[in-house]
Amino acid sequence: MSFLELRRVSKSYGEGATEVRALADIDLSVDRGSLVAVMGPSGSGKSTLLTIAGSLEKQTSGEVLIDGAALQTMSHNDKARLRRRTIGYVFQDFNLLAGLTAVENVSLPLELDGVQARKAHAAGMSALEELGLADRATHYPDELSGGERQRVAIARAVVGERHLLLADEPSGALDSTNGEAVMRMILAACKQGVAAVVVTHDAQLASWADRVVFLRDGRVIDQTVPPPSPESLIEPSPEPSK
Amino acid sequence: MSVRHALLALLGEGPKYGLQLRQEFESGTGEIWPLNIGQVYTTLQRLERDGLIESDEPEREGPQKGFRLTEAGSAELFAWLSTPPDMTSPPRDELVIKVLSALRVPGVNAHNVIQIHRRYLVELMQQWTRLKEDEADFDLQFALVADAELFRLDAIVRWLDTADGRLKRAALEPHAQPAMPRLARRLVVRR
Repeated sequence: MSFLELRRVSKSYGEGATEVRALADIDLSVDRGSLVAVMGPSGSGKSTLLTIAGSLEKQTSGEVLIDGAALQTMSHNDKARLRRRTIGYVFQDFNLLAGLTAVENVSLPLELDGVQARKAHAAGMSALEELGLADRATHYPDELSGGERQRVAIARAVVGERHLLLADEPSGALDSTNGEAVMRMILAACKQGVAAVVVTHDAQLASWADRVVFLRDGRVIDQTVPPPSPESLIEPSPEPSK
Repeated sequence: MSVRHALLALLGEGPKYGLQLRQEFESGTGEIWPLNIGQVYTTLQRLERDGLIESDEPEREGPQKGFRLTEAGSAELFAWLSTPPDMTSPPRDELVIKVLSALRVPGVNAHNVIQIHRRYLVELMQQWTRLKEDEADFDLQFALVADAELFRLDAIVRWLDTADGRLKRAALEPHAQPAMPRLARRLVVRR
């Protein structure tokens, strides 16, 4: 069953003559363990799609379901709990808190959720360890490289029992080797059952996804079909018939 | 692709047999480019004729004949490695011609033509990425080949994205001189 589901979701800003339609009738479902990329140019509505899927913004019409529960029927508190416990966000510019160390940044969502400081710290350390950052745990964001900061942001997004990972241009201004490392981490989270959505304009990032959805002017215009076995690329092509 | 120079490069490591050269060529390119053994021997014969490689046993034929680089071969190899390939004239790209043609054929939506190709390219990229995901950790050569292919495909997707954006802007500003037909004329002239 899909963990995230958008049903005919539309979003407009403004009214009447000045109305701007950011999203129109979006249907999208993401299963547990799968990575979906939403690919489109700037202004295609992909960031809006992500903030609506993450309950940070309300749609104008349509339904958003997370683990079968419709967001519009939830109270403010329920939604806040969902954001703290279930959803992890990764932003282009990392959004780490400058006054907290790497491990404090990662364990913060757990502490906000009422987890004991010691337990939260341990969970934060193990998330950092998994991403190869254990030796950076006590560094502040400005003491970390761009790639390390983004890894801390991913650790923060997957710490605890999160099931939905939403990433907006997660490789930001990173070079392609670091961008690849970011996608490998997101994929590793998916292998452990997380449902993930990455929005990007970058085909190389999108190509890590199981499915790529193409967005233009607020509409889904197309999507990739599951590829045949990758080995088909390296098998010699059959002789053309004469 | 220069098989000739790739073989010189392999012989740069030390003397080798023909069969060995084929195996090393294939494994060294991530097994993406299969190489016919006949092609290996023909190329080796030419390299020997041109004095770039030599054999201890000129009369012997077959898989056990060993080859090594001559001084001239070594100079040729270094010159090749440090000379950029000729990229001055753009290739006549079928996809570019297709998109340009789509603009001229009545009833064809160029955006749809672009999307069909974009999706195909991204699907290919997904396959390459999956191969890289499985193998990159233990096969550096393969990762380099896969990266090269991904960047090549990515460049085409970026061109399609740019073309898509340009067409959209051109449609919004009908008075602006459309850039595409002019480019099309130039391409026709070049032919």
